[in-house]
Amino acid sequence: MSSDKTFRVLLFTAALIIPIIAGGIIYSLTADSYDALRHFGFLRFLFSSEWSYTDGAESYGALPFITGTLLTTALALLFCIPFSLPVALFVGEYYKGTKLAATLSTVTDLLAGIPSIIYGLWGFYTLRPIIIWLGISDEGSGILTASLVLAIMIVPYAASLSAEFIKMVPNELKEGAYSLGATRLEVIRKVVMPVAGPGIFSAYILAIGRALGETMTVTMLIGNTNNMPSSLTCTGNTMASIIANQFGEAEGLRLSSLIAIALMLFLITAVINMIGKILIKRARIA
Amino acid sequence: MTIINPILEFKEVTVNYTSSVQAVKGVTAAIERNSITAIMGPSGCGKSTLLRAANLMHNLYPNIRIGGEILLEGRNILDMESIEVRRKIGMVFQRPAPFPTMSINENVLAGYTLNGIHLSRAQKADIVEKSLRSVSLWDEVKDVLTKKGTFLSGGQQQRLCIARALALQPEVLLMDEPTSALDPIATKHIEQLITQLKDDVTILIVTHNMGQARRIAAKSMFMYLGDLIEYDDTKKMFTDPANELTSAFLNGKMG
Repeated sequence: MSSDKTFRVLLFTAALIIPIIAGGIIYSLTADSYDALRHFGFLRFLFSSEWSYTDGAESYGALPFITGTLLTTALALLFCIPFSLPVALFVGEYYKGTKLAATLSTVTDLLAGIPSIIYGLWGFYTLRPIIIWLGISDEGSGILTASLVLAIMIVPYAASLSAEFIKMVPNELKEGAYSLGATRLEVIRKVVMPVAGPGIFSAYILAIGRALGETMTVTMLIGNTNNMPSSLTCTGNTMASIIANQFGEAEGLRLSSLIAIALMLFLITAVINMIGKILIKRARIA
Repeated sequence: MTIINPILEFKEVTVNYTSSVQAVKGVTAAIERNSITAIMGPSGCGKSTLLRAANLMHNLYPNIRIGGEILLEGRNILDMESIEVRRKIGMVFQRPAPFPTMSINENVLAGYTLNGIHLSRAQKADIVEKSLRSVSLWDEVKDVLTKKGTFLSGGQQQRLCIARALALQPEVLLMDEPTSALDPIATKHIEQLITQLKDDVTILIVTHNMGQARRIAAKSMFMYLGDLIEYDDTKKMFTDPANELTSAFLNGKMG
């Protein structure tokens, strides 16, 4: 066999293995969650808020965790916008091309590289006592605390991609607006943001995708209780954190229920990421 | 050549990109009211830089320094707020660039909305129609005013950009090679339009197309390496240039 042919075979084998692994993950998630979904029924599993593993009266429902995931993600997004958007404008427009902007974007990108366990530690030993001290909640941990740290974690994703789209707004449009007597704020509000809008939106979709699946930080800060969250400051669990908390001790129906939650999380994040990528592609072409 | 009734006067104007790079080296020239004045010269001669100085475009870039005086009706614009100056001195750029997120209507009114000036519905309709008529675009677009301006042809887009500048009723309109991205027919349209506009607005146009200057401009400047070499009635300059450099340029021996 010629070396060219060998190389090609190696290449194809390697390229084939990845889709096989992806398919394998989906298959085992589906197969292993089958028990739980059949036992409770898909809709009941989805909308039940009970999570009880007393022998003989086992009942599992995903609603508290789906709620936890959606709440933490939504709050994180809300907290992230007032920081990521200014950073994006700073880097992409106000100080575009300067050393200051380069420094800021390097520091922001650095945030993206910090392992999530470190965010978790910081949140637990620094932010949690502050939350208690402020009297926001007694335990300090909870949905709010987790969301705050999650927000910091997704800022770099939202900011650097948004800055890229803000930078891409053609100079002739900005100069055109300035030539009509517009101030910088007006140029940003009425020309830069509308033109960069679709791209910025897609940046936030990707940030959401990241927040949905974040596990370690959230597990350390959310308080890990299995009931339906009754307020933003109370403790709870997300889809990711319930799995991280219980997979080691779970078996049978409970394990299958955890895997069913994993399957849902997988589908949600896959869809969100796909939407984000399609939107980014569209925004780049436009 | 005498300028009887100047509206704009450049006095020893210099523009520095850095402390060592001077793009405009002390230009002095008065611009006749309600007429068309062309600025010609090879690439890099400083003609666009001089033009952009006249509506303080250089203020957007903190490293660029302007020296001398630029008088609008006797007032030095370098001491004025750039916003005020730009409302009085409009600009049309090389490439037609209507705001892509705005409709044709909104593009014409952009000068008002960007400045936060509120207009009644009747005023808006009036300004849109008047501005689009003055660039002979009204009949072509009056039924699609709510469509995006970017769907128009290149020539139509440029006319829309001229209408956008005219909507604010500027005293002077600066045009930076407004036809260089257009085909010959669209160029002819714009040239006709420019000659019609001079009754309402003073036009200062940068062009590297000598034919264009000869066709539309009453007076012409020739710039070379940042200096104003010659400034005269267009007819005089094309038939009997005073400077050898001008003559070389007009005879196609230079850039």
